[in-house]
Amino acid sequence: MQGIMESIQTLCSGDHGNEGFMQDDEDEEEENGVGRLTSWAELLGFGLAVFSEAIAPQLQCFCDRTLGFAVGQGGSREAWIKAVAMAMSLVRKAVKKGWVGALAPAARVMSQALSTASEPITLDIPVPFKAHKVETPSVTVETSAQELTNFFKTMFIMRRMEIAADSLYKSKFIRGFCHLYDGQEAVCVGMEAALNDKDCIITAYRDHCTHLGRGGSVLEVFAELMGRKDGCSLGKGGSMHMYNKKGGFYGGNGIVGAQTPLGAGLAFAQKYLKVEGVTLAMYGDGAANQGQLFEAMNISALWNLPVIYVCENNHYGMGTAEWRSAKSPEYYKRGDYIPGLKVDGMDCLAVKQAVKYAKEYALQNGPMVLEMDTYRYHGHSMSDPGSTYRTRDEISGVRQERDPIERIRKLLLSNNIATVAELKTMEKEAKKEVEDALSKAKESPSPDSDELFTHVYRKGYGAKAYGADRKEVVVKLP
Amino acid sequence: MFEALREGLSEEMERDPKVCVIGEDVGDYGGSYKVTKGFSEKFGSWRVLDTPIAENSFTGMAIGSAMTGLRPVVEGMNMGFLLLAYNQIANNCGMLHYTSGGQFTIPIVIRGPGGVGRQLGAEHSQRLESYFQSVPGLQMVACSTPYNAKGLMKAAIRCENPVILYEHVLLYNLKEKIPDEEYVCCLEEAEMVRPGTEITILTYSRMRYHVTQAAKTLVDRGYDPEIIDIRSLKPFDMYTIGESVRKTHRVLIVEECMRTGGIGASLRSAIMESFWDELDGPIGCLSSQDVPTPYSGPLEELTVVQPHQIVTAVENLCGKK
Repeated sequence: MQGIMESIQTLCSGDHGNEGFMQDDEDEEEENGVGRLTSWAELLGFGLAVFSEAIAPQLQCFCDRTLGFAVGQGGSREAWIKAVAMAMSLVRKAVKKGWVGALAPAARVMSQALSTASEPITLDIPVPFKAHKVETPSVTVETSAQELTNFFKTMFIMRRMEIAADSLYKSKFIRGFCHLYDGQEAVCVGMEAALNDKDCIITAYRDHCTHLGRGGSVLEVFAELMGRKDGCSLGKGGSMHMYNKKGGFYGGNGIVGAQTPLGAGLAFAQKYLKVEGVTLAMYGDGAANQGQLFEAMNISALWNLPVIYVCENNHYGMGTAEWRSAKSPEYYKRGDYIPGLKVDGMDCLAVKQAVKYAKEYALQNGPMVLEMDTYRYHGHSMSDPGSTYRTRDEISGVRQERDPIERIRKLLLSNNIATVAELKTMEKEAKKEVEDALSKAKESPSPDSDELFTHVYRKGYGAKAYGADRKEVVVKLP
Repeated sequence: MFEALREGLSEEMERDPKVCVIGEDVGDYGGSYKVTKGFSEKFGSWRVLDTPIAENSFTGMAIGSAMTGLRPVVEGMNMGFLLLAYNQIANNCGMLHYTSGGQFTIPIVIRGPGGVGRQLGAEHSQRLESYFQSVPGLQMVACSTPYNAKGLMKAAIRCENPVILYEHVLLYNLKEKIPDEEYVCCLEEAEMVRPGTEITILTYSRMRYHVTQAAKTLVDRGYDPEIIDIRSLKPFDMYTIGESVRKTHRVLIVEECMRTGGIGASLRSAIMESFWDELDGPIGCLSSQDVPTPYSGPLEELTVVQPHQIVTAVENLCGKK
């Protein structure tokens, strides 16, 4: 606490390099105004819990951005200092414009900065990496209390969401196919910790949690699963077709393996348009035997595309175990000339480390394969009981020994980041969030009938012609 | 015609840096039908991409990059090879705009030569119009003259929807004078080849030339056919066709597609459904036989519609003169 107060005072006295957080040009008087902040910091540092929650939504968004910025930068001390600087500038702007209510969100950022430790924690990954034609990354990973807490919260929300989807399917709110991701949450949560918004993800049909990780909301997922208007694809996609253009999530694909060439195409576009990002083309152990995967690997290695092929190996391709479908179940080696890493997919930190390493590699040298050793508790889809091809003992064994949420829980407790009571509160909040989203989604209406024909074609392209609906302008042929 | 296609493609690539060409041997080799000759030197190897022989994956790649905003032009060395990419075209290309709720558009152009050539054998004489016509979300056009080849190529590249541009192997060496100034054809409009009053003959691609040849004989015998090149295979230009049917009251469709499930079959039922009251007789449809294209020359000629068959069909529909 003392250290952070000192650093805030340092920053307020203008000894820091203030790069670009103050976006207003009118902040020239910042040099003069900075001296006043010292007293603001002291004020805010002590009276935080008193401020009310009700503030304008835009300010809510600014504060979420601040938090997100700090967490996204790895929750390091420097990042938190920068985040606090941002919050300070908000307060100053707000006070200038008379928005006293801005103090509450700024205060919340401050309180979280003060209460949750931002110092880095170094941990060792218990299960070592296995490498093919590349060096293994270090088993020591740097994380922070905030990051671990976020892992816990996000994974818990995902788990509750998938379990809720299970009961929705059984009560016939969800029809068709529903492929659940519980057990595999560590993969998508760990990945997000190493990526940013310039990166793209494309995956197969087990995409509810990946959609959430890329910025979707639980309401969107539930509404889409039930085929309602508020779904992310307006109810027209369903379980297997969730997309989020802003978040860089390209779906959500039904046909096994067809997303891998699409992923190579996304990486091609990133290289063509000179965007400093990578594409993660995810597929399963079942899709690993598809020819188009190897075709895509060949082209991406030939043209050095920044694509990372992530094989989520849950050991069963629907009902067929991996030893029955693949001659070589070492999927990280099957890229042959493409280097690969085998990662413990039930450990968020291992996944984060591997993806970080692979991203650096891919931006320099071209494709890489990551095999995530993970497990799904449910069957392949809701119509599969999941016990005809594997024993219940196996499932409960994995749940006891390798469950990703329990692992993070143990880390939080053993590193004194949270108490049992605090974790219970977080769990309750997560359950409530999921339940609220579920009830809101149930109220959402079905799409209107004329939505059947929208989005089949895109009308008009600005040249001397018109779209598929011929009621518009006519072109005269010579 | 290949020069017209080349000009159209080149102009669009100069106009928009996001247009790129993906295909087998399009770069250094110049394209198997010389459509992309000289492009590699002009635009660089990153805009004219030579791929390995992996149609499924490079079509998938083109679709993936189109999702981010690039405008790839995929060349199938022969349309028949695109059957390997059918999954990507049907499931991803046509459907992504719909299943993502309008978030992504796929401004891709898939082009290549198809149709029955000179004794190329069964697998290299595929007509894919019939296979792709029921995929929702795609637009299909068939070019037949250098003029409309260039115009349709430019329009297809500028269009936000996925477009399949069907060229014909035997039409690449056609010569025609085309305007110097820039022009774009309309993707959804049909072309009036010869106005007439007695019978509407609907055709596209190479069969246009068989029809015009038959028309010479028909005019000599006193008939007055109206010939329309439908150009847009999906969606059909029902407006132009309808105006023509209202004038002539008789329809003959001449196509190179297979008899079963071909473009003619769909067009026939569409016309019957919309213009039943205008018709004086059944709609005739001349298509290729339902056989794999044989290698032998005379047999191959029997598979496709020949001008004398068109003359006989018109005489049967209109009555002898």
